[in-house]
Amino acid sequence: MEIQETTPISISVANRRLVKRLLLITVAMFGFGFAMVPIYDVLCAITGLNGKTGGRVAAVESSAVDEARTITVEFIASLNVGAPWEFTPQVNRMQVHPGQYYQTHYLARNLTGHALVGQAIPSVAPGLAAQHFQKIECFCFTRQIFQPEEGREMPVVFRIDPNLPPDVHTVTLSYTFFRVDDAGG
Amino acid sequence: MTTSRIAQAGAIATGGALLAWSAVAHADFALNMTPGATAISHEVYGLHMLIFWICVVIGVVVFGVMFWSIYHHRKSRGVVPAQFHESTLIEILWTVVPMLILIIMAVPATKTLIRMADARDAELTIKVTGYQWRWHYQYLNENLGFFSTLSTPQAQIHNDAAKGEHYLLEVDQRLVVPVGKKIRVLTTASDVIHSWWVPALALKKDAIPGFINESWTLIDKPGIYRGQCAELCGKDHGFMPIVVEAVPEAEFQQWVATMKASKLNTLTASGGKTL
Amino acid sequence: MSTAAAPALDDHDHDHHAGPSPGLIRWLVTTNHKDIGTLYLLFSLTMFFVGGAMALVIRAELFQPGLQIVNPHFFNQMTTLHALVMIFGAVMPAFVGLANWLLPMMIGAPDMALPRMNNWSFWIMPFAFTLLLSTLFQAGGGPAGGWTLYPPLALQTGNAFPFVILAIHMMGISSIMGAINVIATILNLRAPGMTLMKMPLFVWTWLITAFLLIAVMPVLAGSVTMLLTDKYFGTSFFNAGGGGDPVMFQHIFWFFGHPEVYIMILPAFGVVSQIIPTFARKPLFGYASMVYATSSIAFLSFIVWGHHMFTVGMPLAGELFYMYATMLIAVPTGVKVFNWVSTMWRGAMTFETPMLFAIAFVILFTIGGFSGLMLAIAPADFQYQDTYFVVAHFHYVLVPGAVFSIMAAVYYWLPKWTGHMYNERLGKIHFWLSVVGVNVLFFPQHFLGLAGMPRRIPDYALQFTEFNMISTVGAFLFGFSQLLFLYNVVQTIRGGAKATDQVWEGAHGLEWTLPSPPPYHTFTTAPEVK
Ligand code: HEM
Ligand SMILES: [Cu+2]
Ligand SMILES: [Cu+2]
Repeated sequence: MEIQETTPISISVANRRLVKRLLLITVAMFGFGFAMVPIYDVLCAITGLNGKTGGRVAAVESSAVDEARTITVEFIASLNVGAPWEFTPQVNRMQVHPGQYYQTHYLARNLTGHALVGQAIPSVAPGLAAQHFQKIECFCFTRQIFQPEEGREMPVVFRIDPNLPPDVHTVTLSYTFFRVDDAGG
Repeated sequence: MTTSRIAQAGAIATGGALLAWSAVAHADFALNMTPGATAISHEVYGLHMLIFWICVVIGVVVFGVMFWSIYHHRKSRGVVPAQFHESTLIEILWTVVPMLILIIMAVPATKTLIRMADARDAELTIKVTGYQWRWHYQYLNENLGFFSTLSTPQAQIHNDAAKGEHYLLEVDQRLVVPVGKKIRVLTTASDVIHSWWVPALALKKDAIPGFINESWTLIDKPGIYRGQCAELCGKDHGFMPIVVEAVPEAEFQQWVATMKASKLNTLTASGGKTL
Repeated sequence: MSTAAAPALDDHDHDHHAGPSPGLIRWLVTTNHKDIGTLYLLFSLTMFFVGGAMALVIRAELFQPGLQIVNPHFFNQMTTLHALVMIFGAVMPAFVGLANWLLPMMIGAPDMALPRMNNWSFWIMPFAFTLLLSTLFQAGGGPAGGWTLYPPLALQTGNAFPFVILAIHMMGISSIMGAINVIATILNLRAPGMTLMKMPLFVWTWLITAFLLIAVMPVLAGSVTMLLTDKYFGTSFFNAGGGGDPVMFQHIFWFFGHPEVYIMILPAFGVVSQIIPTFARKPLFGYASMVYATSSIAFLSFIVWGHHMFTVGMPLAGELFYMYATMLIAVPTGVKVFNWVSTMWRGAMTFETPMLFAIAFVILFTIGGFSGLMLAIAPADFQYQDTYFVVAHFHYVLVPGAVFSIMAAVYYWLPKWTGHMYNERLGKIHFWLSVVGVNVLFFPQHFLGLAGMPRRIPDYALQFTEFNMISTVGAFLFGFSQLLFLYNVVQTIRGGAKATDQVWEGAHGLEWTLPSPPPYHTFTTAPEVK
């Protein structure tokens, strides 16, 4: 090479080896950026970051119902931009005992004259309660198809895990309805 | 000559900055953070001032030493440069002492942060939804919800009319809340991320589509508290203010009753939203 | 388009003992570190004026309440592009230019380790920025979602979007190639006797910066790639409706973003650590602790990114962690400042232009550090976040911080590079106008932020008027003062008093043993370092 060192060959070999290693780091860090996605999801599941609650079925468990404790559960509904539904909880709030299963509904109506596909995204506040909010049936587990003008009740079956931290008295379950067919925003 | 100029300019600059900042200490809203209208906002203001003064003291000491040196250790005064270039003791000292100062700051900051995170046992929950470019408020304990939009006329914005007192900080429908009650605020958004900020409440929380964020406030004094969206949300990000009006409980109940009956209420009788 | 430089590379000049190629071709095909350093610095200067013009548009609009000059959409394009141009076009390339010129001369190497890659990493840049700036002329305009590119807002960008992403990828590739080159040069080409702990601090800070670049530029590339696929290929990394999370973008972005701010300041630390000992005529105080402090800052910079996200609704434990970690950064930063002051202590100082800029750096960067410490306090940050207080903070660390250090470096080494002394009187005038301008420009922004003015808004409430006016006056003063700098540099390149080899009485280091200007190829035989 062009470098007039005492051992020119060893330098170009060293350069090549170093460049290879550094490129390896580069590629690894590019991958790390993507790896942050699943890492973040795991962290969310553990910490309830962002109030993310599983869009997944919780295993049915039977454990003692804690009659002594009453938790207020609030239900709220939001629509994302470009989601032409009417979307509301059947009830705004419920008093529940941890450990007991309850059922409630959300009502949704397609306001357009054509079929729509929607997906409800759950979120729980306070975030720490998210992992203790267990759903065994929920319209948020799958995409929901609506015929033109169709309206229907969509059930949620849930319970509050008795391990909910004792200082939590109110839990809010929120669903945001997103339009997910291609015409959606 | 140059050096004395530097020293002079430095002295003037430091003095000026100090003067300006001591005016800050007099809680002028236009110059400093507002102490606000809640216990939390007072705590935050206290923290802000504490850390500010610690920084001022450190700054005066460090810059003082530096300017002293700049003045006295000039070549033009015929000094012979020393050649020392390390001192383990002093280097350990100026690592450890700042650590201790940081701990002094961290203790009250931690306490306040813990209190801010505690939204338990609120008497009222309000859901705040950010839209491009207005806010929607929903009172979960009532069947009440409405939009709140900038009310400053376009003519004022485009300089075709004189600007009013609350230019850009006024809305058609204020968020009316009772004083003396703990209010839980749930923020979310319908399109992009917004951030709901009212300085007097020391409350700023991002409104994120698909997620709800929890925070709370408890306002002591009746009054009108103005804020703005604090996360870039597109073209009219600068034009979606927040106006909170804190009123006594009875007045609040009356307002709720009127609002519920009004056609501004975007929630149907069944609680259904007609957006 | 981006491959236009490729054919030129094939007839690359392998014989480094020849002089430069004739004419303009020289600049296209050059693999000489001095030529490439010059190209980088000129490119950076150009971008500094482009980004500066955008800043003046912003400040002009904010001179008074009401919309006067631009509409809100264009205003947002200006803030977005101003930041991208200044960060990736002005500050980063300036430091790469300095690295190119100085690293080989400081460590006694004949050139950079990978000269051909060096040519590439420079020539990618003009194409990247042509692409980026061309979006301004597209229907729908340029990117307007802020340089932080937060989704979902960034996904509302029109046709400019893929151009912006591609431009960012190109800048990233250029930076990574530059960083690899720097590391290879420093690790493999040091002259005999130049042990790591004998390297000048500028070399040390660049070595650490280069590792930061390699660690985080690919993460930025990953995050913008995900944005691209979310927009065009139906993925849902950041779309809540598809099971993603917009906040996750912020985590990935700031994992890049916080180290990025140190990428822009560590080489500045290096520059100042070269200049202060020269003009104090006294060795740098605490050389070893400077190296350790720089390394610990670099390490800490990977674990504090959450301080940009205190308001997104993290769990309490997360906020506490990021608050404590961020506060910790103040310790090594403080060590550096104390070391600089101790270097001046009992020196024999003179105050030529580079020293003036270096002293201003120490003071004003420290003020930016103080406001950083305030921002680190999470409960208080809820009030500061996304206000002009943050704007004041990062401009104090970036303008009288990074930019002043670059100017100090240019005044300091320009006589070496060109063989001519710059006009000292003009340099001092430039300094004083700049230092006054920058403070009039940014100091009032602290007050604006505390009083409640959000950042990134084209219009504001009436109580913010006075300080905005003052700030705008400062902006124009600062902006136009930079023409003096341009004039001074151009004049020095063209001629002027002959510079000696050592240039500065107190200068030490290998580069000062070379003639001024140094011959096209230097240290073709390695110098002996005692
Ligand atoms: C003592 C050291 C520092 C501390 C403790 C610190 C702390 C912070 C914090 C907490 C924020 C977030 C503020 C907010 O958005 O609410 C911030 C923002 C920022 N800092 Fe620093 N900082 C320090 C040094 C630096 C340096 C050296 C630079 C660059 C040279 C820098 C550049 C920035 C930038 C560009 C932003 C704003 C990013 C954006 O939102 O666009 N900071 N800093
Ligand atoms: Cu906004
Ligand atoms: Cu940061």
